Amino acid sequence: MPTKHPLIHVLHPGLFTTMQDLGRSGYQRFGVSQSGAMDPWALRVGNRLLGNPDGAAGLEITIQGPELLFEQALTIAITGADLSPTSNGLAFPMWTVVAMQAGSRIQFGMRRQGARAYLTVSGGISGPMTLGSLATHVRSGVGGLAGRAVKKWDQLSVGTSAPMAAQSIGRFLPEQFRPRYVASPTVRVMPGPQFDYFTDDAVRLFTSSPYRVTTESDRMGYRLEGAELAHRASAEIVSEAVCVGSLQVPSNRQPILLMADCQPTGGYAKLATMIGADRSRAAQLAPGDSLLFRVISAQKAFELFRSNHAELDRILPPCRS
Amino acid sequence: MIARMIQLSESAVTVEFGDTIDLRTNELVLAFTTAVDQAGIPGFMEVVPTYRCATIYFDALLTDAATIMKNLQTLTVNAAGAPSRPPLTHTIPVWYGGAAGPDLPNIARQAGLTPEEAGELHASITYRVFMLGFSPGFPYLSSVPAPLATPRLPTPRKLVAAGSVGIAGTQTGIYPQASPGGWRIIGRTPVVLFDLHRPKPFLLAPGDQVRFVAIEEEEFKQLAGDQA
Repeated sequence: MPTKHPLIHVLHPGLFTTMQDLGRSGYQRFGVSQSGAMDPWALRVGNRLLGNPDGAAGLEITIQGPELLFEQALTIAITGADLSPTSNGLAFPMWTVVAMQAGSRIQFGMRRQGARAYLTVSGGISGPMTLGSLATHVRSGVGGLAGRAVKKWDQLSVGTSAPMAAQSIGRFLPEQFRPRYVASPTVRVMPGPQFDYFTDDAVRLFTSSPYRVTTESDRMGYRLEGAELAHRASAEIVSEAVCVGSLQVPSNRQPILLMADCQPTGGYAKLATMIGADRSRAAQLAPGDSLLFRVISAQKAFELFRSNHAELDRILPPCRS
Repeated sequence: MIARMIQLSESAVTVEFGDTIDLRTNELVLAFTTAVDQAGIPGFMEVVPTYRCATIYFDALLTDAATIMKNLQTLTVNAAGAPSRPPLTHTIPVWYGGAAGPDLPNIARQAGLTPEEAGELHASITYRVFMLGFSPGFPYLSSVPAPLATPRLPTPRKLVAAGSVGIAGTQTGIYPQASPGGWRIIGRTPVVLFDLHRPKPFLLAPGDQVRFVAIEEEEFKQLAGDQA
Protein backbone atom coordinates (compact mmCIF):
# COMPACT_ATOMS: atom_id res chain seq x y z
CA MET A 1 0.00 0.00 0.00
CA PRO A 2 1.45 3.39 -0.89
CA THR A 3 1.62 5.75 2.09
CA LYS A 4 0.92 8.96 0.22
CA HIS A 5 -1.92 9.92 2.51
CA PRO A 6 -1.26 13.19 4.27
CA LEU A 7 -0.69 12.64 7.96
CA ILE A 8 -1.85 14.24 11.16
CA HIS A 9 0.45 13.57 14.11
CA VAL A 10 -0.98 13.36 17.60
CA LEU A 11 1.36 15.31 19.91
CA HIS A 12 -1.05 15.05 22.83
CA PRO A 13 -4.24 12.96 22.79
CA GLY A 14 -6.44 15.13 25.02
CA LEU A 15 -8.90 13.57 27.47
CA PHE A 16 -10.69 11.20 25.11
CA THR A 17 -10.40 11.61 21.36
CA THR A 18 -11.83 8.99 19.01
CA MET A 19 -12.36 8.51 15.31
CA GLN A 20 -16.09 8.59 14.56
CA ASP A 21 -18.36 8.57 11.53
CA LEU A 22 -22.14 8.09 11.45
CA GLY A 23 -21.84 4.59 12.92
CA ARG A 24 -22.15 0.99 11.74
CA SER A 25 -25.32 -0.66 10.61
CA GLY A 26 -26.21 -4.31 10.25
CA TYR A 27 -24.27 -5.87 13.13
CA GLN A 28 -26.46 -5.13 16.13
CA ARG A 29 -27.89 -8.65 15.81
CA PHE A 30 -24.40 -9.94 16.64
CA GLY A 31 -24.11 -7.71 19.69
CA VAL A 32 -22.11 -4.96 17.98
CA SER A 33 -23.01 -1.38 18.90
CA GLN A 34 -23.79 1.22 16.24
CA SER A 35 -21.40 3.83 17.71
CA GLY A 36 -20.60 6.87 15.58
CA ALA A 37 -20.63 10.55 16.55
CA MET A 38 -22.47 11.38 19.78
CA ASP A 39 -23.58 14.59 18.05
CA PRO A 40 -24.17 13.52 14.44
CA TRP A 41 -25.49 17.00 13.54
CA ALA A 42 -22.17 18.65 14.38
CA LEU A 43 -20.19 16.01 12.43
CA ARG A 44 -22.51 16.39 9.44
CA VAL A 45 -22.12 20.18 9.42
CA GLY A 46 -18.31 19.87 9.47
CA ASN A 47 -18.39 17.42 6.58
CA ARG A 48 -20.83 19.46 4.52
CA LEU A 49 -18.82 22.67 5.00
CA LEU A 50 -15.78 20.82 3.65
CA GLY A 51 -17.58 19.21 0.73
CA ASN A 52 -17.25 15.72 2.25
CA PRO A 53 -20.00 13.11 2.27
CA ASP A 54 -22.00 13.28 5.54
CA GLY A 55 -20.52 10.05 6.81
CA ALA A 56 -16.82 10.91 6.41
CA ALA A 57 -14.89 10.15 9.60
CA GLY A 58 -13.64 12.92 11.86
CA LEU A 59 -12.24 13.17 15.36
CA GLU A 60 -14.64 13.39 18.28
CA ILE A 61 -12.92 15.48 20.93
CA THR A 62 -14.19 15.28 24.50
CA ILE A 63 -13.96 18.18 26.98
CA GLN A 64 -10.15 18.56 26.80
CA GLY A 65 -8.81 18.67 23.28
CA PRO A 66 -5.67 17.15 21.78
CA GLU A 67 -2.65 18.80 20.22
CA LEU A 68 -2.23 17.91 16.57
CA LEU A 69 0.49 18.57 14.00
CA PHE A 70 -0.37 18.68 10.29
CA GLU A 71 2.46 17.22 8.24
CA GLN A 72 1.03 18.51 5.00
CA ALA A 73 -1.33 21.30 4.02
CA LEU A 74 -4.91 20.29 4.84
CA THR A 75 -8.32 21.89 4.91
CA ILE A 76 -10.22 21.39 8.16
CA ALA A 77 -13.21 22.57 10.19
CA ILE A 78 -14.04 22.35 13.89
CA THR A 79 -17.71 22.10 14.86
CA GLY A 80 -19.69 21.19 17.97
CA ALA A 81 -18.44 22.20 21.42
CA ASP A 82 -16.30 25.31 21.77
CA LEU A 83 -13.16 24.01 23.47
CA SER A 84 -11.16 27.17 22.62
CA PRO A 85 -9.22 25.81 19.65
CA THR A 86 -6.10 27.69 18.59
CA SER A 87 -3.82 27.33 15.62
CA ASN A 88 -0.18 28.32 16.09
CA GLY A 89 -1.27 30.46 19.04
CA LEU A 90 -4.13 32.24 17.27
CA ALA A 91 -7.84 31.66 17.94
CA PHE A 92 -9.23 29.16 15.44
CA PRO A 93 -12.72 30.01 14.20
CA MET A 94 -15.49 27.50 14.97
CA TRP A 95 -17.88 26.23 12.24
CA THR A 96 -15.52 27.54 9.52
CA VAL A 97 -13.36 25.91 6.85
CA VAL A 98 -9.70 26.82 7.33
CA ALA A 99 -6.66 25.91 5.22
CA MET A 100 -3.87 24.64 7.45
CA GLN A 101 -0.30 24.94 6.22
CA ALA A 102 2.17 22.10 6.39
CA GLY A 103 3.78 22.06 9.83
CA SER A 104 0.95 23.95 11.52
CA ARG A 105 -0.62 22.87 14.81
CA ILE A 106 -4.01 22.81 16.48
CA GLN A 107 -4.42 23.01 20.24
CA PHE A 108 -7.41 23.33 22.52
CA GLY A 109 -7.96 25.22 25.75
CA MET A 110 -10.80 26.01 28.08
CA ARG A 111 -14.22 24.46 27.59
CA ARG A 112 -16.55 27.36 26.81
CA GLN A 113 -19.69 25.60 25.61
CA GLY A 114 -20.72 21.99 25.02
CA ALA A 115 -18.65 18.86 25.64
CA ARG A 116 -17.80 17.32 22.27
CA ALA A 117 -16.08 19.01 19.36
CA TYR A 118 -15.60 17.49 15.90
CA LEU A 119 -12.49 18.02 13.84
CA THR A 120 -13.29 17.19 10.24
CA VAL A 121 -10.84 17.29 7.37
CA SER A 122 -11.27 17.53 3.64
CA GLY A 123 -11.20 13.93 2.40
CA GLY A 124 -12.06 12.59 5.86
CA ILE A 125 -9.84 10.70 8.30
CA SER A 126 -9.11 7.40 6.57
CA GLY A 127 -8.22 3.93 7.71
CA PRO A 128 -9.30 0.31 7.45
CA MET A 129 -13.05 -0.16 7.86
CA THR A 130 -14.19 -2.51 10.60
CA LEU A 131 -17.59 -4.10 9.94
CA GLY A 132 -18.39 -1.37 7.46
CA SER A 133 -17.42 1.69 9.50
CA LEU A 134 -14.53 3.67 10.95
CA ALA A 135 -16.43 4.45 14.16
CA THR A 136 -14.56 3.56 17.36
CA HIS A 137 -16.23 1.45 20.06
CA VAL A 138 -13.59 1.38 22.77
CA ARG A 139 -15.45 -1.00 25.09
CA SER A 140 -15.31 -3.83 22.55
CA GLY A 141 -12.14 -2.71 20.76
CA VAL A 142 -13.92 -2.31 17.43
CA GLY A 143 -13.13 0.29 14.76
CA GLY A 144 -11.06 3.49 14.64
CA LEU A 145 -7.40 3.13 15.48
CA ALA A 146 -7.05 -0.46 16.74
CA GLY A 147 -10.35 -0.08 18.55
CA ARG A 148 -9.07 2.53 20.99
CA ALA A 149 -8.94 6.28 21.61
CA VAL A 150 -6.05 8.11 19.96
CA LYS A 151 -2.81 8.33 21.92
CA LYS A 152 0.43 10.26 21.78
CA TRP A 153 2.43 9.77 18.54
CA ASP A 154 -0.46 8.22 16.67
CA GLN A 155 -0.54 9.12 13.00
CA LEU A 156 -3.88 9.70 11.34
CA SER A 157 -4.09 9.45 7.59
CA VAL A 158 -6.42 11.53 5.51
CA GLY A 159 -8.39 10.45 2.46
CA THR A 160 -8.51 12.06 -0.96
CA SER A 161 -10.26 15.43 -1.02
CA ALA A 162 -13.33 16.04 -3.10
CA PRO A 163 -12.43 17.77 -6.41
CA MET A 164 -14.12 21.02 -5.34
CA ALA A 165 -12.52 21.04 -1.87
CA ALA A 166 -10.40 24.15 -2.46
CA GLN A 167 -13.57 26.16 -3.03
CA SER A 168 -14.76 25.40 0.47
CA ILE A 169 -12.02 27.44 2.18
CA GLY A 170 -13.59 30.23 4.21
CA ARG A 171 -17.07 28.69 4.09
CA PHE A 172 -18.83 28.90 7.45
CA LEU A 173 -22.09 28.13 9.19
CA PRO A 174 -23.86 31.48 9.64
CA GLU A 175 -24.07 32.64 13.25
CA GLN A 176 -27.86 32.34 13.52
CA PHE A 177 -27.72 28.59 12.74
CA ARG A 178 -25.02 27.74 15.27
CA PRO A 179 -26.41 25.84 18.24
CA ARG A 180 -26.05 27.33 21.71
CA TYR A 181 -25.29 24.42 24.01
CA VAL A 182 -26.74 24.97 27.45
CA ALA A 183 -25.93 23.11 30.67
CA SER A 184 -29.57 22.37 31.53
CA PRO A 185 -31.49 21.83 28.29
CA THR A 186 -35.02 20.56 27.86
CA VAL A 187 -34.98 17.37 25.86
CA ARG A 188 -38.08 15.92 24.22
CA VAL A 189 -38.92 12.25 24.46
CA MET A 190 -41.58 9.95 23.06
CA PRO A 191 -43.16 7.21 25.20
CA GLY A 192 -40.98 4.09 25.36
CA PRO A 193 -42.09 0.47 24.81
CA GLN A 194 -42.61 -0.05 28.57
CA PHE A 195 -44.16 3.36 29.34
CA ASP A 196 -47.02 1.53 31.10
CA TYR A 197 -44.55 -0.24 33.44
CA PHE A 198 -44.30 3.01 35.41
CA THR A 199 -46.63 4.59 37.96
CA ASP A 200 -48.51 7.80 37.17
CA ASP A 201 -46.36 9.47 39.81
CA ALA A 202 -43.21 8.36 38.01
CA VAL A 203 -44.40 9.86 34.73
CA ARG A 204 -45.31 13.12 36.50
CA LEU A 205 -41.94 13.34 38.29
CA PHE A 206 -40.03 12.44 35.15
CA THR A 207 -41.45 15.45 33.31
CA SER A 208 -41.41 17.95 36.17
CA SER A 209 -38.03 17.65 37.86
CA PRO A 210 -34.45 17.91 36.61
CA TYR A 211 -32.10 14.94 36.16
CA ARG A 212 -28.42 15.46 36.75
CA VAL A 213 -25.75 13.84 34.55
CA THR A 214 -23.52 11.92 36.99
CA THR A 215 -19.82 11.17 36.63
CA GLU A 216 -20.81 7.62 35.61
CA SER A 217 -21.57 8.86 32.13
CA ASP A 218 -19.79 8.17 28.90
CA ARG A 219 -20.40 7.43 25.24
CA MET A 220 -22.39 4.33 26.21
CA GLY A 221 -24.90 6.21 28.33
CA TYR A 222 -25.54 8.77 31.02
CA ARG A 223 -26.47 7.58 34.48
CA LEU A 224 -28.89 10.26 35.64
CA GLU A 225 -29.80 11.27 39.16
CA GLY A 226 -33.10 12.80 40.19
CA ALA A 227 -36.58 12.00 41.50
CA GLU A 228 -37.12 8.24 41.81
CA LEU A 229 -39.12 6.65 38.99
CA ALA A 230 -41.14 3.81 40.49
CA HIS A 231 -42.21 0.76 38.49
CA ARG A 232 -45.70 -0.64 38.95
CA ALA A 233 -44.17 -4.09 39.35
CA SER A 234 -40.82 -5.28 38.02
CA ALA A 235 -37.98 -3.23 36.53
CA GLU A 236 -36.75 -6.18 34.49
CA ILE A 237 -38.02 -7.42 31.15
CA VAL A 238 -36.98 -10.22 28.85
CA SER A 239 -33.96 -8.73 27.03
CA GLU A 240 -34.86 -6.93 23.82
CA ALA A 241 -33.49 -4.21 21.55
CA VAL A 242 -32.64 -0.80 22.99
CA CYS A 243 -31.58 2.21 20.96
CA VAL A 244 -29.73 5.50 21.22
CA GLY A 245 -32.02 7.72 23.29
CA SER A 246 -33.67 4.90 25.23
CA LEU A 247 -34.33 5.81 28.87
CA GLN A 248 -33.90 2.59 30.83
CA VAL A 249 -34.85 2.50 34.49
CA PRO A 250 -33.27 -0.31 36.56
CA SER A 251 -34.58 -1.28 39.99
CA ASN A 252 -32.69 1.59 41.66
CA ARG A 253 -35.31 3.85 39.97
CA GLN A 254 -32.69 6.20 38.48
CA PRO A 255 -32.84 6.50 34.68
CA ILE A 256 -30.02 5.75 32.26
CA LEU A 257 -30.05 7.66 28.99
CA LEU A 258 -28.45 5.44 26.34
CA MET A 259 -26.08 7.16 23.94
CA ALA A 260 -24.08 6.36 20.79
CA ASP A 261 -22.09 3.39 22.13
CA CYS A 262 -25.05 1.70 23.80
CA GLN A 263 -25.30 -2.09 23.68
CA PRO A 264 -27.88 -3.35 21.14
CA THR A 265 -30.07 -5.10 23.75
CA GLY A 266 -31.06 -4.57 27.35
CA GLY A 267 -33.19 -6.07 30.09
CA TYR A 268 -34.59 -3.00 31.88
CA ALA A 269 -37.94 -1.32 31.32
CA LYS A 270 -37.73 1.64 28.94
CA LEU A 271 -39.81 4.61 30.04
CA ALA A 272 -39.14 6.81 27.02
CA THR A 273 -36.97 7.45 23.97
CA MET A 274 -35.23 10.79 23.48
CA ILE A 275 -36.11 12.12 20.04
CA GLY A 276 -33.46 12.24 17.33
CA ALA A 277 -33.84 16.00 16.87
CA ASP A 278 -32.68 16.61 20.46
CA ARG A 279 -29.73 14.22 20.43
CA SER A 280 -27.20 17.04 19.95
CA ARG A 281 -28.36 18.83 23.08
CA ALA A 282 -27.80 15.70 25.17
CA ALA A 283 -24.51 14.86 23.43
CA GLN A 284 -23.08 18.22 24.45
CA LEU A 285 -23.62 17.69 28.19
CA ALA A 286 -20.87 16.96 30.71
CA PRO A 287 -21.14 15.41 34.19
CA GLY A 288 -22.77 17.93 36.53
CA ASP A 289 -25.07 19.30 33.82
CA SER A 290 -28.76 18.45 33.97
CA LEU A 291 -31.72 17.62 31.77
CA LEU A 292 -35.43 18.38 31.79
CA PHE A 293 -37.70 15.99 29.90
CA ARG A 294 -40.87 16.75 27.99
CA VAL A 295 -43.04 14.01 26.49
CA ILE A 296 -44.34 14.44 22.94
CA SER A 297 -46.08 12.00 20.60
CA ALA A 298 -44.23 9.60 18.31
CA GLN A 299 -45.85 11.42 15.36
CA LYS A 300 -44.49 14.78 16.56
CA ALA A 301 -41.06 13.20 17.10
CA PHE A 302 -41.12 11.99 13.51
CA GLU A 303 -42.12 15.42 12.17
CA LEU A 304 -39.30 17.06 14.14
CA PHE A 305 -36.82 14.47 12.83
CA ARG A 306 -37.80 15.30 9.25
CA SER A 307 -37.87 19.10 9.76
CA ASN A 308 -34.52 19.02 11.57
CA HIS A 309 -32.92 17.31 8.57
CA ALA A 310 -34.76 19.53 6.08
CA GLU A 311 -33.49 22.63 7.86
CA LEU A 312 -29.89 21.43 7.66
CA ASP A 313 -30.36 20.59 3.95
CA ARG A 314 -31.61 24.13 3.37
CA ILE A 315 -28.65 25.76 5.17
CA LEU A 316 -26.02 23.37 3.85
CA PRO A 317 -27.07 20.98 1.09
CA PRO A 318 -25.51 17.51 1.33
CA CYS A 319 -22.50 16.83 -0.86
CA ARG A 320 -22.26 14.01 -3.35
CA SER A 321 -19.09 12.04 -2.83
CA MET B 1 -48.75 -14.45 14.85
CA ILE B 2 -47.56 -10.90 15.61
CA ALA B 3 -48.70 -10.13 19.15
CA ARG B 4 -47.96 -6.40 19.12
CA MET B 5 -46.00 -3.75 17.26
CA ILE B 6 -44.63 -0.72 19.05
CA GLN B 7 -42.40 2.18 18.07
CA LEU B 8 -39.01 2.22 19.77
CA SER B 9 -37.93 5.50 18.14
CA GLU B 10 -38.64 7.59 15.01
CA SER B 11 -36.58 5.04 13.12
CA ALA B 12 -37.25 1.72 14.88
CA VAL B 13 -40.26 -0.54 15.39
CA THR B 14 -40.32 -3.52 17.76
CA VAL B 15 -42.47 -6.50 16.78
CA GLU B 16 -43.44 -8.77 19.68
CA PHE B 17 -44.32 -12.44 19.26
CA GLY B 18 -44.97 -13.39 22.87
CA ASP B 19 -44.11 -12.55 26.46
CA THR B 20 -41.82 -15.35 27.52
CA ILE B 21 -38.56 -17.11 26.79
CA ASP B 22 -39.66 -20.17 24.86
CA LEU B 23 -38.61 -22.11 21.80
CA ARG B 24 -41.78 -21.57 19.76
CA THR B 25 -41.73 -17.77 20.20
CA ASN B 26 -38.04 -17.54 19.38
CA GLU B 27 -38.46 -19.69 16.27
CA LEU B 28 -41.15 -17.27 15.10
CA VAL B 29 -38.80 -14.34 15.77
CA LEU B 30 -36.03 -15.92 13.67
CA ALA B 31 -38.36 -16.90 10.82
CA PHE B 32 -39.71 -13.35 10.80
CA THR B 33 -36.13 -11.98 10.81
CA THR B 34 -35.26 -14.07 7.75
CA ALA B 35 -38.40 -12.83 5.99
CA VAL B 36 -37.59 -9.19 6.81
CA ASP B 37 -34.02 -9.64 5.57
CA GLN B 38 -35.30 -10.93 2.24
CA ALA B 39 -38.28 -8.61 1.79
CA GLY B 40 -36.47 -5.57 0.40
CA ILE B 41 -38.69 -3.14 2.32
CA PRO B 42 -37.93 0.43 1.17
CA GLY B 43 -35.86 2.30 3.78
CA PHE B 44 -35.07 -0.90 5.74
CA MET B 45 -31.70 -0.78 7.50
CA GLU B 46 -31.35 -3.72 9.87
CA VAL B 47 -33.28 -6.15 12.02
CA VAL B 48 -32.32 -7.21 15.55
CA PRO B 49 -33.87 -10.50 16.70
CA THR B 50 -34.11 -11.07 20.45
CA TYR B 51 -35.86 -13.67 22.66
CA ARG B 52 -39.42 -12.70 21.81
CA CYS B 53 -39.11 -9.65 19.55
CA ALA B 54 -37.64 -8.47 16.29
CA THR B 55 -36.72 -4.79 16.11
CA ILE B 56 -36.63 -3.24 12.66
CA TYR B 57 -34.45 -0.16 12.08
CA PHE B 58 -35.24 2.05 9.10
CA ASP B 59 -34.23 5.36 7.54
CA ALA B 60 -36.90 7.81 8.73
CA LEU B 61 -35.98 10.17 5.89
CA LEU B 62 -37.12 7.57 3.36
CA THR B 63 -40.08 5.98 5.13
CA ASP B 64 -42.02 6.16 8.39
CA ALA B 65 -43.18 3.87 11.17
CA ALA B 66 -46.76 3.50 9.87
CA THR B 67 -45.54 2.40 6.43
CA ILE B 68 -43.00 0.01 7.94
CA MET B 69 -45.67 -1.52 10.21
CA LYS B 70 -47.96 -2.01 7.21
CA ASN B 71 -45.09 -3.69 5.32
CA LEU B 72 -44.36 -5.96 8.26
CA GLN B 73 -48.01 -6.80 8.81
CA THR B 74 -48.35 -8.10 5.23
CA LEU B 75 -45.04 -9.96 5.22
CA THR B 76 -45.34 -13.62 4.33
CA VAL B 77 -43.45 -15.57 6.93
CA ASN B 78 -42.69 -19.18 6.38
CA ALA B 79 -42.42 -20.47 9.94
CA ALA B 80 -40.23 -23.30 8.68
CA GLY B 81 -38.36 -20.83 6.43
CA ALA B 82 -34.69 -21.24 5.76
CA PRO B 83 -32.60 -19.08 8.11
CA SER B 84 -29.73 -17.00 6.70
CA ARG B 85 -27.52 -20.00 7.48
CA PRO B 86 -28.50 -23.44 8.74
CA PRO B 87 -28.22 -23.80 12.54
CA LEU B 88 -24.98 -25.36 13.75
CA THR B 89 -24.19 -27.35 16.86
CA HIS B 90 -21.07 -26.14 18.69
CA THR B 91 -19.09 -28.01 21.32
CA ILE B 92 -17.63 -25.57 23.84
CA PRO B 93 -15.02 -26.90 26.31
CA VAL B 94 -15.28 -25.28 29.76
CA TRP B 95 -12.95 -25.30 32.75
CA TYR B 96 -15.51 -25.26 35.58
CA GLY B 97 -14.83 -23.79 39.02
CA GLY B 98 -11.46 -22.92 40.52
CA ALA B 99 -10.00 -19.61 39.44
CA ALA B 100 -12.15 -19.78 36.30
CA GLY B 101 -15.50 -19.99 38.11
CA PRO B 102 -15.55 -18.01 41.36
CA ASP B 103 -19.34 -18.29 41.74
CA LEU B 104 -19.58 -22.05 41.16
CA PRO B 105 -19.15 -23.08 44.85
CA ASN B 106 -22.07 -20.86 45.95
CA ILE B 107 -24.35 -22.00 43.16
CA ALA B 108 -23.45 -25.64 43.90
CA ARG B 109 -24.09 -25.24 47.65
CA GLN B 110 -27.47 -23.65 46.97
CA ALA B 111 -28.34 -26.59 44.73
CA GLY B 112 -27.10 -29.15 47.28
CA LEU B 113 -24.35 -30.30 44.91
CA THR B 114 -20.58 -30.38 44.87
CA PRO B 115 -18.95 -27.89 42.48
CA GLU B 116 -17.99 -30.81 40.21
CA GLU B 117 -21.60 -32.01 40.10
CA ALA B 118 -22.85 -28.50 39.41
CA GLY B 119 -20.44 -28.25 36.46
CA GLU B 120 -21.58 -31.64 35.17
CA LEU B 121 -25.21 -30.58 35.49
CA HIS B 122 -24.53 -27.39 33.51
CA ALA B 123 -22.84 -29.46 30.79
CA SER B 124 -25.55 -32.13 30.77
CA ILE B 125 -27.94 -30.50 28.31
CA THR B 126 -27.89 -28.88 24.88
CA TYR B 127 -28.67 -25.17 24.87
CA ARG B 128 -30.23 -23.01 22.20
CA VAL B 129 -28.69 -19.65 21.22
CA PHE B 130 -31.81 -17.49 21.61
CA MET B 131 -30.07 -14.25 20.75
CA LEU B 132 -26.79 -12.34 20.68
CA GLY B 133 -26.46 -9.03 22.50
CA PHE B 134 -24.74 -7.05 25.26
CA SER B 135 -21.36 -7.16 23.49
CA PRO B 136 -20.04 -8.54 20.17
CA GLY B 137 -20.75 -12.28 19.96
CA PHE B 138 -22.28 -12.62 23.47
CA PRO B 139 -24.82 -15.52 23.29
CA TYR B 140 -27.92 -15.76 25.46
CA LEU B 141 -28.43 -19.51 26.00
CA SER B 142 -31.43 -21.12 27.69
CA SER B 143 -32.42 -22.73 29.87
CA VAL B 144 -30.13 -23.98 32.64
CA PRO B 145 -31.35 -26.95 34.74
CA ALA B 146 -33.60 -25.51 37.49
CA PRO B 147 -31.23 -26.13 40.46
CA LEU B 148 -28.60 -23.90 38.80
CA ALA B 149 -30.88 -20.90 38.15
CA THR B 150 -29.48 -17.96 40.15
CA PRO B 151 -30.13 -14.22 39.90
CA ARG B 152 -27.44 -11.80 38.73
CA LEU B 153 -24.90 -10.47 41.26
CA PRO B 154 -26.30 -7.51 43.23
CA THR B 155 -23.25 -5.49 42.15
CA PRO B 156 -21.68 -6.33 38.80
CA ARG B 157 -17.96 -7.18 38.72
CA LYS B 158 -15.74 -4.48 37.27
CA LEU B 159 -13.93 -7.06 35.17
CA VAL B 160 -14.94 -10.50 33.93
CA ALA B 161 -12.29 -12.46 32.00
CA ALA B 162 -12.76 -13.24 28.31
CA GLY B 163 -14.34 -16.67 27.82
CA SER B 164 -16.12 -16.60 31.18
CA VAL B 165 -19.29 -18.69 31.33
CA GLY B 166 -22.02 -17.19 33.50
CA ILE B 167 -25.53 -17.73 34.77
CA ALA B 168 -28.26 -15.08 35.08
CA GLY B 169 -31.63 -16.44 36.15
CA THR B 170 -32.42 -19.36 33.83
CA GLN B 171 -30.04 -18.05 31.17
CA THR B 172 -26.42 -18.97 30.64
CA GLY B 173 -23.96 -17.04 28.50
CA ILE B 174 -20.34 -16.58 27.53
CA TYR B 175 -18.39 -13.31 27.72
CA PRO B 176 -16.49 -13.15 24.40
CA GLN B 177 -14.24 -10.35 25.67
CA ALA B 178 -13.07 -9.11 29.05
CA SER B 179 -15.71 -6.67 30.26
CA PRO B 180 -17.66 -5.59 33.32
CA GLY B 181 -20.50 -7.99 34.08
CA GLY B 182 -23.14 -9.07 36.58
CA TRP B 183 -23.66 -12.74 35.64
CA ARG B 184 -22.53 -15.43 38.12
CA ILE B 185 -19.31 -16.88 36.73
CA ILE B 186 -19.01 -20.67 36.86
CA GLY B 187 -16.20 -21.41 34.40
CA ARG B 188 -14.20 -20.32 31.40
CA THR B 189 -13.77 -21.51 27.82
CA PRO B 190 -10.67 -21.10 25.63
CA VAL B 191 -12.92 -20.88 22.55
CA VAL B 192 -12.85 -17.43 20.93
CA LEU B 193 -16.41 -16.32 20.12
CA PHE B 194 -15.54 -13.04 18.43
CA ASP B 195 -12.47 -12.37 16.30
CA LEU B 196 -12.38 -9.61 13.70
CA HIS B 197 -9.48 -11.29 11.93
CA ARG B 198 -11.51 -14.37 11.03
CA PRO B 199 -13.47 -14.45 7.79
CA LYS B 200 -16.52 -15.09 9.97
CA PRO B 201 -15.94 -12.94 13.07
CA PHE B 202 -18.88 -14.37 15.04
CA LEU B 203 -18.80 -18.05 16.00
CA LEU B 204 -22.45 -18.33 17.05
CA ALA B 205 -25.73 -17.26 15.46
CA PRO B 206 -29.27 -17.21 16.87
CA GLY B 207 -30.87 -20.64 16.48
CA ASP B 208 -27.56 -22.51 16.91
CA GLN B 209 -27.12 -25.25 19.53
CA VAL B 210 -24.38 -25.28 22.16
CA ARG B 211 -23.04 -28.24 24.13
CA PHE B 212 -20.58 -27.62 26.96
CA VAL B 213 -17.89 -30.18 27.78
CA ALA B 214 -16.00 -30.05 31.08
CA ILE B 215 -12.19 -29.85 30.81
CA GLU B 216 -9.44 -29.56 33.42
CA GLU B 217 -7.35 -26.45 34.07
CA GLU B 218 -4.39 -28.04 32.32
CA GLU B 219 -6.30 -28.68 29.12
CA PHE B 220 -7.77 -25.18 29.24
CA LYS B 221 -4.30 -23.69 29.39
CA GLN B 222 -3.11 -25.88 26.56
CA LEU B 223 -6.06 -24.97 24.35
CA ALA B 224 -5.86 -21.28 25.26
CA GLY B 225 -2.12 -21.35 24.54
CA ASP B 226 -2.64 -22.92 21.13
CA GLN B 227 -4.76 -19.98 20.12
CA ALA B 228 -2.42 -17.27 21.37
